[in-house]
Amino acid sequence: MKNLFNMSRFKIVFTVCVLLSLYSFVNAQAPAVTTVGITPPAPVTELTAVDTDNDHGHSITVKWTPSADDGAGANNVLGYRVMRSNSFEGPFNDTVGVVPLGSTNFENSSSIEEGAEGFIPDNTDFYYRVDALTGDSLVFSSSEVTGPVHSYGQWFNKGLIPVFFAVIIFTALTVLFVSAARKGKELYVRPLAGIEAVDDAIGRATEMGRPILYVFGLGVASDIATIASFTILSRVAKRVAEYQTNLIVPCYDPIIMTVAQDIVKTAYMDAGRPNDYKEDAVFFITQAQFAYVGAVNGIMIRELPATNIYMGKFYAESLMLAETGVVSGSIQIAGTDEIAQIPFFVVACDYTLIGEELFAASAYLGREPLLLGSLKAQDYAKAAVLVLALLGILAVNFSGDLGLTWLVNFKDWFKVID
Amino acid sequence: METVGIWCGAILTLAIFSFLYKDNPVYKACEAIFIGVSAGYYAIVYFFDSIYKKFWLGAVTADQPEEWLFGGAILGVLFLTRLFPKISWVARWPLAFIVGATAGLYMVNYFVTNAMNQVASTITDVIARGDAGDINWIQSFGTLVILVGVITGLMYFFFSKEHKGAFGGGAKVGIWFLMVTFGASFGYTVMSRMSLLIGRMDFLLGDWLGLIN
Repeated sequence: MKNLFNMSRFKIVFTVCVLLSLYSFVNAQAPAVTTVGITPPAPVTELTAVDTDNDHGHSITVKWTPSADDGAGANNVLGYRVMRSNSFEGPFNDTVGVVPLGSTNFENSSSIEEGAEGFIPDNTDFYYRVDALTGDSLVFSSSEVTGPVHSYGQWFNKGLIPVFFAVIIFTALTVLFVSAARKGKELYVRPLAGIEAVDDAIGRATEMGRPILYVFGLGVASDIATIASFTILSRVAKRVAEYQTNLIVPCYDPIIMTVAQDIVKTAYMDAGRPNDYKEDAVFFITQAQFAYVGAVNGIMIRELPATNIYMGKFYAESLMLAETGVVSGSIQIAGTDEIAQIPFFVVACDYTLIGEELFAASAYLGREPLLLGSLKAQDYAKAAVLVLALLGILAVNFSGDLGLTWLVNFKDWFKVID
Repeated sequence: METVGIWCGAILTLAIFSFLYKDNPVYKACEAIFIGVSAGYYAIVYFFDSIYKKFWLGAVTADQPEEWLFGGAILGVLFLTRLFPKISWVARWPLAFIVGATAGLYMVNYFVTNAMNQVASTITDVIARGDAGDINWIQSFGTLVILVGVITGLMYFFFSKEHKGAFGGGAKVGIWFLMVTFGASFGYTVMSRMSLLIGRMDFLLGDWLGLIN
């Protein structure tokens, strides 16, 4: 009985092995596999694989003509599976992507970091095959193999040519206006209520004998909003020095702290009061967002500054700071280019510089030719955007009726392939 | 250990909430802990991520060292010259490099997002039509509103022209558009803040007190 049992188990294992071998053999020889009920779809045709253009490398684009049974014929294609191998003969074990029916291309790309998941080394040959998939995972049709193909980076991104021309024009405008400003031409900048209020706010702080709190937010020194804020701090610090009021500048970023220290020190020297400058007026707190907020809120409640000035890059802490400022009874002036945070400053502050007004404020206060010239160039760029948008709308809506067919695709002139 | 963590979290949460009543010693202590721990944490993180992992392992001890990392290290060392008043001006060089390089890198992105994409998105069929060729009035009205909003919004952000007359009227319409947008954004963000509060309450009442599942 025991021998019989052993024999029976041996037969079962043997039969399974034979069947698996047969299946494996059939699968390897014939890409199209049939099971009952579903017939293999027609394979994709005209399969090509090329290096993805206008990129830094590590990307190959695979294109094909869909299966004849994709939305037509037997209508049994559910999607496509893109397979990759290092040799023409295979094995194609590496599934690099699965795309839905109707797809005609797939971009096989990876991070530039060697060792990253799915990393595609440049200048290494690969071969691709695309399988037309059906509802049964065993029923699919494989295409011809294409390759070899390898990825490589390009020096220039041709998709950014429109941006190149825009930058050239904008730079020319900036140079033109800066040189005009340097030659003494008066460049008008409209008054900004928030900036006009700064002097009054500093005067109020002096009368009340309370300090002024200046907050840069969570930006870093290279943020444009922070750079604009440096100019405003310079003006504020100079006025503070003249009025002999106290200034508190708690910083989130150590680099900003060092720059701010230089700015405040220079402002005190310009105001003729270098001895009044206190090194600890500008100090670092921490780089944790909400710990920083907790500390600044604590300063507001304990020092009771007469004026809080928030200029720079702000995130979720904007409302927490501004709300605490309201509670402590301070006049508040804010400015940021973070669109999502402006509403909070609008509701909680007395004056708010909206977006680009922050950059204009630095030019308005600094009156430096470089800032004024670039502000003027920006205005011209905005005018150009306005005119082009209006022309584009006219072109899209009416050029067909007027027979100006070359204008129909006016919109495409501004399309950037990044 | 988990219980200790939950209790610490709950006590610190309540200590921070106590600020809603008024500033108090418990809040001050909690604030000091938060600042101290975070400052210490980030000091260690930056040291290990930047100096040890990136520079030491990548440029000094690596089999194929990335020599360009020495450039960053030199700039970092130059920044430390601030500690010596006589040569503290040298610290401005790495700063100038950071600001200049970042401005150059961002320039293209700014042009793409703030100029090119804006123009491309604004150019659209003002008169929207359905499949049968009939005019979709609601969609057309929406497109027109966006168009007016873009034009008047841009007018508001002109700084070299005084906001007077017809131009001033356009700019005023622009600021109305901006305020309506900010109002919508405000409401949306307040809702997300409410979800944060709910999360904290869930922690206090669920994880800590076990009153809710």
